[in-house]
Amino acid sequence: MTKYDPRLGISGQVLRQAAEAGRAALVAYLPVGFPSVPGSLAAMRAVIEGTEGVGADLVEIGMPYSDPMMDGLAIQHATTRALERGVRTRDVFTASETVAAAGATPMVMIYWNLVERYGVTAFARDLAAAGGAGLITPDLTPDEAGEWLAASDAYGLDRVFLIAPSSTDERIRETLAACRGWVYATSVMGVTGVRAETSAAAPVIVQRARAADPSLPVGVGLGVSNGDQAAEVGSYADAVIVGSALVNCLITADDAGSDDLTGLRAKAADLAAGVRRSRR
Amino acid sequence: MSPSKYPDASGHFDIFGGSFVPEALRAALAELTEAFEQAQADPEFAAEIADLQVNYAGRPSPLTEAKRFSQHCGNATILLKREDLNHTGSHKINNVIGQGLLTKRMGKTRVIAETGAGQHGVATATIAALLGFECRVYMGQVDTERQALNVARMQLLGAEVVAVAAGSRTLKDAMNEAMRDWVTNVENTHYLIGSASGPHPFPMMVREFQRIISTEARAQVLARYGRLPDIVCACVGGGSNAIGMFADFLDDEQVQLFGFEAGGAGVATGQHAASITGGSIGVLHGTRTFVLQDEDGQTIESHSISAGLDYPAVGPQHALLAKTGRASYEPVDDAEAMDAFQLLSRTEGIMPAIESAHAVAGARRLGLRLAETDPDARPLIVVSLSGRGDKDVDTAMAYFGIRGVADKSTGALK
Repeated sequence: MTKYDPRLGISGQVLRQAAEAGRAALVAYLPVGFPSVPGSLAAMRAVIEGTEGVGADLVEIGMPYSDPMMDGLAIQHATTRALERGVRTRDVFTASETVAAAGATPMVMIYWNLVERYGVTAFARDLAAAGGAGLITPDLTPDEAGEWLAASDAYGLDRVFLIAPSSTDERIRETLAACRGWVYATSVMGVTGVRAETSAAAPVIVQRARAADPSLPVGVGLGVSNGDQAAEVGSYADAVIVGSALVNCLITADDAGSDDLTGLRAKAADLAAGVRRSRR
Repeated sequence: MSPSKYPDASGHFDIFGGSFVPEALRAALAELTEAFEQAQADPEFAAEIADLQVNYAGRPSPLTEAKRFSQHCGNATILLKREDLNHTGSHKINNVIGQGLLTKRMGKTRVIAETGAGQHGVATATIAALLGFECRVYMGQVDTERQALNVARMQLLGAEVVAVAAGSRTLKDAMNEAMRDWVTNVENTHYLIGSASGPHPFPMMVREFQRIISTEARAQVLARYGRLPDIVCACVGGGSNAIGMFADFLDDEQVQLFGFEAGGAGVATGQHAASITGGSIGVLHGTRTFVLQDEDGQTIESHSISAGLDYPAVGPQHALLAKTGRASYEPVDDAEAMDAFQLLSRTEGIMPAIESAHAVAGARRLGLRLAETDPDARPLIVVSLSGRGDKDVDTAMAYFGIRGVADKSTGALK
């Protein structure tokens, strides 16, 4: 039994195990509550299973928010619908239980006001109880995270902060020092969304993160939409994060009035095969 | 800590303020903070601002004693700080002069802005034209429809106006979209926030660029009346004119400060924009402050007859001034504001912006209240008349049922 670095927390171990198997991990973002709460739970199971039982290693459960600063059009579309259809913060706990039961690791991506409103300590307690590994916080950097650092320590949760191409070396070092699990590298300047080519900045930001702290796994997000891109990013990152491309599958089905998850399963399978092609 | 000493080095106003933004914006905010601090210490920057204030914007703005209006305000003498007379018609020009010159110092070539009523958008388009920047203004789709004239003004000034169809399609969504633009184009773009809100350093920086309102008003009152005013008041949406009106009075403990929020159809109805009176502490648009939000922390849409006050949060320094009691905040509903709009128009020949009419109504309320509680007092009340009402004629016509046709006609030649 390998002894893991405690800084890997729960989710970092998943990334490390994938690396030991010679591949990157696949992180699938899906918002809870779209097309409905039960529909989103089914979608999460689908991205974990893919078409033949091979899919996401980790599900990034997105909590819809009225003012999502980091989200591009596809995710905004889905989360706006989810809010109209009545999604509540507490639904992320149900989603965490669902993801854990389906055999993947649940993490929650949530804008900070929703956590503060729930109560930082109460949120950490309930997330831990639901089997959640921790939080990805798009609008909370370590500078403002005092209460979350304490609560995540108290409940043994991971805290994944973001780094960007514009981050200084000093900020990258400080951010990595505050992370537990892994660090989320945004590979392009901009919001979420599918891009034809992944950014040339992606390998650079990964390299900068490794230079700052080689022991912390690095996930790369923003722009990946197919297996080939996943294979490419997976050749240098520990995790490939995919969001909009999956959400687009759900939007297509929802617009057609269908709850068919075939397209989503196929996309998850393509991405999962992609990270398994990544040469490391 | 003295109320004038905030924010601290990390941009906090005690428990309020701060910087809740994506990491991708951190570098830009740090660059902006540094550029602002350096500029503030540079006499040349102060001289450039002063030149544009005087020779372009028309400062100093007058302080008008509203004699006939004051007759409706108990024993109070109402003094109007005439920001409505500035170039572009509101206090917004003060801030865009400062941030425009700062944009130039940072070597950026493009500015973006959010706007609700369009006043800040017009001011930003104006400074972009003057200083030669590319300019894009984000405006909620609902607002582009109800403020078509201001959309055209911005376009005539050379700006591109983008209607934001996301979320509630109002000011807050325009701000989200501007933030997204900034994250993507931060290399060459400055986000020229018009409100004394948003992440650090915006609340501090906008206050400093709006401080001129109180610096002038304080000196004008002292010179003319030989004493400080008893009360200073302003309307509060995001709070930029109010914080500018309060800034130089913060340490004058004998001067009471009042902010008037948009009460909409009445705070009890839930249809309002009174974030301090009717909201709770939360994080929105990068700062911790009072926010209109539901049980889960999702932002609730605000309502006001005044598009410029129609914002579901407030600048963090106002949140602190409210918490410490240094300033008092009260709601003024649509009807009370429109009464004041009409009364000031008819007694003084000054048509205020509907935003400013909230402050005018509040001043009248305070005057009448004091006449009851302290009949011997002869209070001197300064009101920030933050903008002029030309842009609101359509709204006022609809509200008062004026059709814009002649009252009578005379006979023609036979």
